[in-house]
Amino acid sequence: MSKILGISAFYHDSAAALVVDGEIIAAAQEERFTRNKNDASYPENAIKFALAEAGLSLGDIDYVAFYDKPFLKFERLLETYITNAPQGFQSFRSAMPVWLREKLFLKRQLSKALAGTDHTFRGPSSILFSEHHYSHAASAFFPSPFEEAVVLTLDGVGEWATTTVAIGRGNTCEILKEIHFPHSLGLLYSAFTYYTGFKVNSGEYKLMGLAPYGQPVYKALILEHLIDLRPDGSFQLDQKYFDYATGLRMTNDRFAGLFGQMARTAESDSIETFHMDIAASIQEVTEEVVLTITRALAEEYAIPNLCLAGGVALNCVANGRIQRDGAFPNLWIQPAAGDAGGAVGAALAAYHRELGGKRVVKKPDSMRGSFLGPAFDVDQIDAELRSCGAVFETFDESQMLSLTADALAEGKAVGWFQGRMEFGPRALGARSILADPRSASMQRMLNLKIKYRESFRPFAPSVLAEDAEKYFNLSVPSPYMLLVAAVNDDLRSVMTPEEERLLGLEMLNVARSTIPAVTHVDYSARVQTVDASTNPLYHALLAGFRERTGCSVLVNTSFNVRGEPIVGSPTDAFRCFMATELDLLVVGGSVLYKGDQDPSLRQEHQGRYELD
Amino acid sequence: MSFITELWSFLRIRKKYWLLPALLFLVIFGALIVLSQGSAVAPFIYTIF
Repeated sequence: MSKILGISAFYHDSAAALVVDGEIIAAAQEERFTRNKNDASYPENAIKFALAEAGLSLGDIDYVAFYDKPFLKFERLLETYITNAPQGFQSFRSAMPVWLREKLFLKRQLSKALAGTDHTFRGPSSILFSEHHYSHAASAFFPSPFEEAVVLTLDGVGEWATTTVAIGRGNTCEILKEIHFPHSLGLLYSAFTYYTGFKVNSGEYKLMGLAPYGQPVYKALILEHLIDLRPDGSFQLDQKYFDYATGLRMTNDRFAGLFGQMARTAESDSIETFHMDIAASIQEVTEEVVLTITRALAEEYAIPNLCLAGGVALNCVANGRIQRDGAFPNLWIQPAAGDAGGAVGAALAAYHRELGGKRVVKKPDSMRGSFLGPAFDVDQIDAELRSCGAVFETFDESQMLSLTADALAEGKAVGWFQGRMEFGPRALGARSILADPRSASMQRMLNLKIKYRESFRPFAPSVLAEDAEKYFNLSVPSPYMLLVAAVNDDLRSVMTPEEERLLGLEMLNVARSTIPAVTHVDYSARVQTVDASTNPLYHALLAGFRERTGCSVLVNTSFNVRGEPIVGSPTDAFRCFMATELDLLVVGGSVLYKGDQDPSLRQEHQGRYELD
Repeated sequence: MSFITELWSFLRIRKKYWLLPALLFLVIFGALIVLSQGSAVAPFIYTIF
């Protein structure tokens, strides 16, 4: 038996994953334990959880696989500084103390931390390092349902690579092509995230959500000045508009001059039509770049299967375009496509590449629905809820499902905490807030009274897999909520000429379909198809809701408030429940009604988390 | 010591011997920067970590 612990840490969204004989046993992000969003620190809690899940100690672990190569990254930094000197001194001065004190000695630092976690750790010789993009590629191919596939990874930057193309066959995965820093689609998108006043590295999905409110009027300008896209999908960014290679900002004054406005400074400035148009423009450019790449790859390799990973693969609008484009008939996207997923990828890379371990291809895939995190049994739930002072009653499964479906049908917002936690950024029906999508006021209510976030942000639907085509123009499963599809024409509302003329956030005031809470202003929806085999309990709840209402769809949003990591424990769930306008909380078989709770337990919750 | 061995084999495998003078310069210059400030906490910039 070979046991490998994968670790992604010290940059963004740290995580640990355990792979035993090529099978992913457990994976979790550190933020869920520490309650610090995108926690980048050494993932001690996630490691302890993963080991406990398999009943192992660190002494049982054959290899620890780290998800990137610090020396190679340092080489990129040095060469970039030397190339651009004397420009970049400020950035150099900021980076060097961290690198010379800590990051360059990562192996020692990691060994020390691991030995501190568990003294049976086998020592530095058991630590392996995988290249950042190889970790992404491994996380995309090895758990996929394909024997052979083209593997495309796109993100900000790892060591040197920002985009890679690999071919996966059996238990091998070899990178054939790379695009190197500073030319990066992820950094281009992040530059616009910065320019529109959102946080780099976490606000990208807000920019994507904002895009449908605008018109892509700046698309030609971006393609003409910022990115040189070639027919084979390769590209270069004109560095004179960017500051990320040598400065402490993503974009410079020349960039602002190109679009005629200074960068929006975060929350203090309002979001104008200009920002919506910018969002729409960069979104279209991103889609064009991704489609140019995938079409070229489909033609070059004539392999029908495509795997995707890297932060850009979380752009579900672009993913939806790839799927509908059909250049690759089959598409599989790693649900933890961001850096957290690097933990899974590094461990799988060590198993298959270093140890030559066999690969068993599973259908629908080997990610177990991404339900790889901690679960809580009845006794644990009972004990935690009691210690919180919660008033609750525990029911058997069918009663609990019936009560929950009743509440949803009555228009109540429900906190839903069941089974193993999801690995990756999406709540997939284990740590979710659920609601009725037929209500026209639900989107605004959920945004402002439960999630406490911007009113323009859309919500995603979960739909019974067998009924998905009745609601959405989607012919393939989307179990990980990574594909955007259009709401079917027959469900759309007929708009009056006045409604058609509405612009920007005013568009939110019009119900666009019979499921308005999950229909974005361009009639799109980020769909999760729920299958009875991978997600039986959630499937049963959706079926119960359909029985009561005739509707097979629920609003499914992550169980948290703005800036808070998704809830990790029943205690987190209770705190979030009490602090928001949620009506009902269901944890395992335990059901809590808001009216029964002691109002004094309501805590200041939102202010505890830094806004994202 | 193992760090220096690893760094040397990295330079050898990557054939980046020309980085060696830069590294030496860095050790001296970096040491000055490190010694001149108390904390190794840098502002979060996407590409420098």
